[in-house]
Amino acid sequence: MAKAKHPILVLAGAEQGDLRALEDYRRAGGYASLEKARKLGPGATLEQIKQAAVRGRGGAGFQMGQKASFLPSPGQAKSPIYLVVNADESEPGAFKDREIINRVPHRLIEGIQIAALAIGAERCFVYIRGEYLSEYEVLSAALAEAEAAKLVSVPILVHRGAGAYICGEETALLESLEGKRGQPRSKPPFPALVGLYNSPTLINNVETIATVPKVIELGGEAYAKIGVKDSTGTRVFSLSGDVVRGGNYELPHGTSFRELIYDCGGGIAAGRKLKAIIPGGSSSPVLPADQVDLSMDFDSVQKAGSFLGSASVIVIDERACMVQLALRIGQFYMNESCGKCTPCREGTRWIEMILRKIEQGRASHAELDLLADVCDRVLGKCLCALGDSDAMAVASYVKHFRAEFEAHIEQGGCPYGDTSSLAGVRSPVDEIYRGRIGQEAAL
Amino acid sequence: MTGLFAEIQAVAGRYPEPKSAVLPALRLAQEHYGHLTPEALREVASALGTTPAYCRGIASFYDMFHLAPVGEHMIDVCTNASCALVGAAQVLEAFERELGIRAGETTPDGRITLRSAECLGGCGSGTVVSIDERYRQPVKPEDVPAIVEELRRG
Repeated sequence: MAKAKHPILVLAGAEQGDLRALEDYRRAGGYASLEKARKLGPGATLEQIKQAAVRGRGGAGFQMGQKASFLPSPGQAKSPIYLVVNADESEPGAFKDREIINRVPHRLIEGIQIAALAIGAERCFVYIRGEYLSEYEVLSAALAEAEAAKLVSVPILVHRGAGAYICGEETALLESLEGKRGQPRSKPPFPALVGLYNSPTLINNVETIATVPKVIELGGEAYAKIGVKDSTGTRVFSLSGDVVRGGNYELPHGTSFRELIYDCGGGIAAGRKLKAIIPGGSSSPVLPADQVDLSMDFDSVQKAGSFLGSASVIVIDERACMVQLALRIGQFYMNESCGKCTPCREGTRWIEMILRKIEQGRASHAELDLLADVCDRVLGKCLCALGDSDAMAVASYVKHFRAEFEAHIEQGGCPYGDTSSLAGVRSPVDEIYRGRIGQEAAL
Repeated sequence: MTGLFAEIQAVAGRYPEPKSAVLPALRLAQEHYGHLTPEALREVASALGTTPAYCRGIASFYDMFHLAPVGEHMIDVCTNASCALVGAAQVLEAFERELGIRAGETTPDGRITLRSAECLGGCGSGTVVSIDERYRQPVKPEDVPAIVEELRRG
């Protein structure tokens, strides 16, 4: 398999199975980077992270070193500096953080300790999504082992969420961690200055933090040589959908979608044709099949009109009705909108309602235009990225597969009939609004 | 003072501010009472030094809290994009058929609640089904009768 020749960093040592026990992790060289960082000291450690140019793995792709440099230096901070790890992985298509926690929990703990040292953090919090009960147990067990071995000098508290996608948004996460409803804050001020309990806070994704030990081991400059310019290092790609071997594959940035889907994932079953690719979780605009040779790095995917996001690649084959897929994604954002800001609260509902009418064959051409208009009224006008995600994703389905939307309108129903791979799919909003949705008054 | 009250206060002591413990506190109360009854909310509020209405407002925001009775067993079937592409609709239908209820409902004997769920983070091998917070994947429609039988027995 092609992946063997690539460097494995985040999942190193766990290629054959989970690397959960402290003893095994140490035998694989674990916690040597923490020791090295302690010798380097905070300034030099942070410098290595900056040189590595690690971009955030959670979705936004902001450079970790740069984000950390917005924090006050420990001597100047008027209140404690906190490090918060975002393990609220909930983006449809993403399951890499779960795998990292399951397979190399100590690498995450080691990364947390190194990052905490680099920024002078007083305490660390891991916000793990509530549904990840097994992963919470794995991480807690690893933490207890690391604490007993006196490897944890900055205390870590693992905090379980309780089921809300929006808590993956960093300021919503902070609100939730403070014991409030998980609703995003207005920015600025950014968390680096006013974060958890109004204290300076660095928030990073699990994979980003789990990258840090290897950055210190290899050195920032050497790490930056892996991958491509402006997208350094490896990435744990979550591969799912219509593919033979779904799963997580760690590959360097710059690998093509084709290599991931066909070489690692074994392609599409029964010789079916690729129809589209979602490159970075459901929030990222869909790409048509002719983009399969595109390089998986931040800039290339952005130039193609989408974004790499959480590197969660969803493969869609020729059986899928794209209107049904857009509707299911629209239902997700409507269900998860926190209701704080008007464009998102109203917009996600309108988008879902129009998509449903189109899918059921009850819409007019004017309503397809109205859908574009609503997306436009949401985009760039919300407190956080949730509304944007809905609007951008849905607009991309219309842009690339407009003929399918028009066919629903003209034929008064789904041209695929029961043959679509998504036929009959339902969502939680169907349960909430059963009997009411679908009977909306004519627009 | 009940055991629950003391347990909540102990958890709250681990955080810089006690109110941060509202999620673990509500989880403990839900485990104790089965769902978040008015009594449960009052107890959480008093242990954390806040009000029952505040706790209710928090509980209603998060999917894993229940303000009304639910079954002894909870089945969440992911129907989001990746699972939908590989047949989540048929898996959900198989559970409905086997249980004789619709998604969002509880069996008349109060044993099992069935819900469709948003992405559970197991997309690589769908359909992902969470049963009492433990994942099973991949679940195919033909696996469903045995799963339901197991829950009915257990």
